[in-house]
Amino acid sequence: MSTLFEKLGGEAAVDAAVDIFYRKVLADDSINHFFETTDMAAQHAKQKAFLTMAFGGPNNYTGTDMRTAHAPLVAKGLNEDHFNAVAGHLQATLEELNVPADLIGEVMAIAGSTKDDVLGL
Amino acid sequence: MPEIIYKGRSYAGQPEETVLDTLRRHDVNVPFSCCAGSCHSCMLHCLKGDVTEQSQKYLKPALRTLNYFLPCQCVPEQDLEVDLPDSEDVYAPARLVEKQQLSPTVWRLRLDTSVPIFYHAGQFLNLKNEAGWIRSYSLASLPTEDEPLEMHIKRMPDGQMSHWLVDEFAVGMHIEIEGPHGHCFYINDDPDRSILMVGTGTGLAPLMGIVRDAMHQGHTGEIHLYHGVRDQDELYLHDTLTELAQKHGNVHYHGCVSGDATGADVKAGRASEIALEEHPDLKGWQVFLCGSPEMVKKTRMKAYLAGATMNDISADAFTAPEH
Repeated sequence: MSTLFEKLGGEAAVDAAVDIFYRKVLADDSINHFFETTDMAAQHAKQKAFLTMAFGGPNNYTGTDMRTAHAPLVAKGLNEDHFNAVAGHLQATLEELNVPADLIGEVMAIAGSTKDDVLGL
Repeated sequence: MPEIIYKGRSYAGQPEETVLDTLRRHDVNVPFSCCAGSCHSCMLHCLKGDVTEQSQKYLKPALRTLNYFLPCQCVPEQDLEVDLPDSEDVYAPARLVEKQQLSPTVWRLRLDTSVPIFYHAGQFLNLKNEAGWIRSYSLASLPTEDEPLEMHIKRMPDGQMSHWLVDEFAVGMHIEIEGPHGHCFYINDDPDRSILMVGTGTGLAPLMGIVRDAMHQGHTGEIHLYHGVRDQDELYLHDTLTELAQKHGNVHYHGCVSGDATGADVKAGRASEIALEEHPDLKGWQVFLCGSPEMVKKTRMKAYLAGATMNDISADAFTAPEH
């Protein structure tokens, strides 16, 4: 039985998705101020790590890491609307890449499971 | 805290401080430039102690084995004794064979080496003069043709090396070179794709190498090269590039002047802005950006938002050391 990550196409699929996803995020004025852009390459790498996790792939994320990493953003006002906007861009990215609906559902469930940690709830 | 021993004296480090920062905090005069691990001008030789893996990551295996490292990338875990590189390990001599003024502020240097240097057009070399000053300069020449190394030097008001190269360095004299470095070059994986190039000032030098390399390797897709300057007389390769564009139907040269533009064949405005206005959809394009860090940073973002993938944007930011 192959994993979700394998079904989605593994690392190559993440690479294809991260470019589309991050572009959507940066073009969205309601959230782009949360994305530090002084070092785009590093920021791009972070988006790749996030998508790898959402795709159920090998990653080093823990709930504590998610909390610590997002705490400065929560202090700047990161809320549920912003979280939902990012999730929406992820869903739109997967639809654009013609990922089957059931797999999109699985990815969104993983992304959704990080909400409390991301928002520090 | 680890101590750094340099030329018989010991300097105490602070927590999280790099070897370069420790030396600079104590006013030790060592060469450096980008402080980001790219330019290699601060490279040192470690005589005693173990340097970090990170500080050797980008070095050639031979230099790693000899215990060379980049002090700007090394937060030491133990005492280190360090020294400047041994010239014969790292540097090769080169002789100036030609020097020509191309504009009020830009000179072309052509250098010959006794041993051939293997490089990609668009990469850069470090030049070290007798005073020990080290600066990075991009290569405008092609490695595939039997031609000397070519660099474009802009006289910078505060740039001591640029004054030396322009005023003191004469044909027949030698200088030491080290490199090549950098990841901004043509890769012949899809000869049909479109290419956008934006260079400001002497950021044109690597692009000149890359565009000729692309022609040499049979690139058939459209290539749009934008050269941006403040004053029109700084479009220092205007005629050469106009001719190149006439010779190759797929090469398009755009001279852009941000100050007063009077020529009929130049465009008024900033090169990066004109380029993005004229090519709002960069999906599938390869993009090369060379010049000031601010221009590179802003344009990289704009090119990405215009559809170019991160991997398809190659950039070479010209960093100047802080004074």
